[in-house]
Amino acid sequence: MKPSLLTSQPSRRGSHRQADSGLGGEGGGGAASAAESVFRSPTAAFWIVIHGVCCVISVFLGFRFSRVVFVLLFSPSSTTTISSVFTSVPALHAAVTNTTTTTTQMRALVLASSPPPPPEAEQNSMKSRVVVGRHGIRIRPWTHPDSEETMRAHWIIERVQREQRLQHGVRSPRPLIVVTPTYARTFQTLHLTGLLHSLLLVPFPLTWLVVEAASSRSNDTAAFLARSGLHFLHVPFPHPMPEDSRYWRTTESRMRLHALRVVRDRGMDGIVVFADDSNVHSMELFDEAQRVKWMGAISMRILTHITGLSTSRGEDHKSPVPIQGPACNSSGHLVGWHTYNPLPNTGATFIGAGKTVLPAKMEWAGFMLNSRLLWREAKEKPDWVRDLDEVGKKGEDIDSPLCLLEDASFVEPLGNCGRKVLLWWLRAEARYDSNFPTGWTLEPVLEATAAANHSARIDASPELPSNSKLMAGNQDSRNNNIST
Amino acid sequence: MEKGIWGFTILIVCSLASRTEGLGMDQNRQILGFRGNAGDALDDDPVGRLKVFVYELPSKYNVDLVKRDPRCLTHMFAAEIFMHRFLLSSPVRTLDSEEADWFYVPVYPTCDLTKDGLPLPFRSPRMMRSAIQLIASEWPHWNKTEGADHFFVVPHDFGACFHYQEETAVERGILPLLRRATLVQTFGQKNHVCLKEGSIVIPPYASPQRMHAHLLPPDIPRSIFIYFRGLLHDGMNDPEGCYYARGARASLWLNFKNNPIFDISTEHPSTYYEDMQRSIFCLCPLGWAPWSPRLVEAVVFGCIPVVIADDIVLPFADTIPWTDIAVFVAEKDIVRLDTILTSMPTEIILRKQRLLANPLIKLAVSFPQPSRPGDAFHQILNGLARKLPHGSSVYLQPGQKVLNWTAGSVEDTYPWEK
Repeated sequence: MKPSLLTSQPSRRGSHRQADSGLGGEGGGGAASAAESVFRSPTAAFWIVIHGVCCVISVFLGFRFSRVVFVLLFSPSSTTTISSVFTSVPALHAAVTNTTTTTTQMRALVLASSPPPPPEAEQNSMKSRVVVGRHGIRIRPWTHPDSEETMRAHWIIERVQREQRLQHGVRSPRPLIVVTPTYARTFQTLHLTGLLHSLLLVPFPLTWLVVEAASSRSNDTAAFLARSGLHFLHVPFPHPMPEDSRYWRTTESRMRLHALRVVRDRGMDGIVVFADDSNVHSMELFDEAQRVKWMGAISMRILTHITGLSTSRGEDHKSPVPIQGPACNSSGHLVGWHTYNPLPNTGATFIGAGKTVLPAKMEWAGFMLNSRLLWREAKEKPDWVRDLDEVGKKGEDIDSPLCLLEDASFVEPLGNCGRKVLLWWLRAEARYDSNFPTGWTLEPVLEATAAANHSARIDASPELPSNSKLMAGNQDSRNNNIST
Repeated sequence: MEKGIWGFTILIVCSLASRTEGLGMDQNRQILGFRGNAGDALDDDPVGRLKVFVYELPSKYNVDLVKRDPRCLTHMFAAEIFMHRFLLSSPVRTLDSEEADWFYVPVYPTCDLTKDGLPLPFRSPRMMRSAIQLIASEWPHWNKTEGADHFFVVPHDFGACFHYQEETAVERGILPLLRRATLVQTFGQKNHVCLKEGSIVIPPYASPQRMHAHLLPPDIPRSIFIYFRGLLHDGMNDPEGCYYARGARASLWLNFKNNPIFDISTEHPSTYYEDMQRSIFCLCPLGWAPWSPRLVEAVVFGCIPVVIADDIVLPFADTIPWTDIAVFVAEKDIVRLDTILTSMPTEIILRKQRLLANPLIKLAVSFPQPSRPGDAFHQILNGLARKLPHGSSVYLQPGQKVLNWTAGSVEDTYPWEK
């Protein structure tokens, strides 16, 4: 017990109880034994007296008053220590006056056992400013993020990434030639707008070669491209898109070949990327295109309605989303192709009320080639490529870009050897009989009822259930027409 | 008289102007390229500038310990072992002790590991003492200087104080027998008992092979703003949480665990090195000791280290421009860490990244095997070479004794059995 009286190390627990209830017992016992020790050592007596004083003060204050205060008062450090002690003492008082006893016990724990740290070491350079021992954990009152700071952080990240691209990215980027076959239909503007926004983000010089099948609405596309802000080339294709959807694919392939002939005839230099208007492109695809030497291919994920339906039935583990792309062996060489396994009737099938187009065995999207492959005379042109005029001449089925080549094994697999999916194929089309206004501008309702036989006006489909609001709301009927 | 004053002031102004001009030039050099003042010193070649004699101690002091526990080769205190191996085959080594400038004592005091791999420092003072008694009795060089031209590698938590708990380490102080020797240690804190004048602060060991195995190409975009993985609360040794890291790590967690730009947690992901390469800032707060291999890993992976440790002395502070590379945040400013880091101008951030990309700096903090010019081994030798020639206080009169061989705790004087 006596050692506990004489130690200056404050105990962590039950200080309040000790001060109050133990006071009588310890104080009494201490006094009795103190009488003997007084004659032995005056310092021990001194400490006992101090302890008694502290106990009395604690009774009045309501918590344990530490003797460390006296140590600091009489220590050889300067007056700033004393002032810091006195600034903390009013805090002690403030803590006491309006709190319950348990709270003061807690405050005592924090304040009594961690003396204010020694002042700045200007006058005491030998001692470190940093104190070993118990420290408080600083928590600010509002620990939630500030939205402005988060925005600034994202801006910094973007700037750093831009700098990284400048430093480590492509040094001298080659221009891209994006070949897109398109035809007038309900969702044409939708798809073209999507593709346009993707192409606007590409950081390389770009030419958008849009091949459009002949139709009566050819001004729509021209107007759209003029507004686009990209460098484009609108190439008309002499034949219209056939009504029968089974022949859409061959017509598109022929449109692409037509575009390649344009590239060859104009001597355009760059990398030809086949981008269908309905697909979704990743920006990395265009970064990978810069690495093409002669002809490259990346992996493309195919999203069709078949897979969508099967997942809704809970069988997605049986039918994984198919991928078209190069297959590599472990040493990174092209050994084959992953292809989509088509159903017996390729082209289009009726699914529900809409018509959906399924992909062929090998789609054009995902391939990219150096335009010099197409030129008639180009130095170092490899001999495994066929002459462009030969392709499709004899009416053969041009179903994939591999038919441009004699030997398909020279295709370079890109995107980490086909492991990265950089392109998603999907074909979302409206109902075959749906119509839409020119340029997607809607005239007011009043004029619509008046001009009922205008050629560009909306016709209600005879198969749909008739609405009472048919005449009043032409827009509603148009909405009902469109289905994916 | 007045003319004299005029002349004096003109002289002062001119010298100040030339100084600031010089500083401006240096700034320009530093901004334009990474070959500022620091680049020159990093390139210094110690070969030919000093000679080191390696004592031949019995293998119980070094090799046998490693044989018994090969984990010593991969933990963060392995610098002592690799320094010995480097010196054995280095061109600065001399076999003639008379011509040596520096003497190296190859003893591995940190290679006494528990079952979990943590080093026990309780026998280290005795091992040191036993080794020094051996060299003092067999060679004359110790007594000539009482160790002032000897150097020891002590990479433990608090260096030559040989304890993992800071309060106890401060109480013990540096081992009395090492008070005159040059200490090569990882611990560095200003005005601290365990860092003595003239010590060389080195980076902790981080395995270069492991780091290079996880290297990503530099064009992987950095998308994490602030990254930290490590202990935030030492529940076993400090359940209350007010002692560990002086409350800094707990403060980090409690203030920023909900902040989306902070990616901090106590997990041990297998993609730790890859994640550092995808981060812009890597936090390096103090733990039980202010240093950690996190700093080395951040520098190697190009992530700007955010050092949160008051008064820390960083490795090779005289050659590596830490203020230009790292961000220093005072412990009291942790609560404002998000404001501090997001309000840094982007030019400064990009400049720090450019300087960090300097391969010389990455090499200077690593311990590759075999050694390459400019790596941490060579920087240590550079530091030793810069202390040459030895001052007059190094050499003692014959028979003069400065060190107190009986100082320190009693347990340290017990003989060391191994």
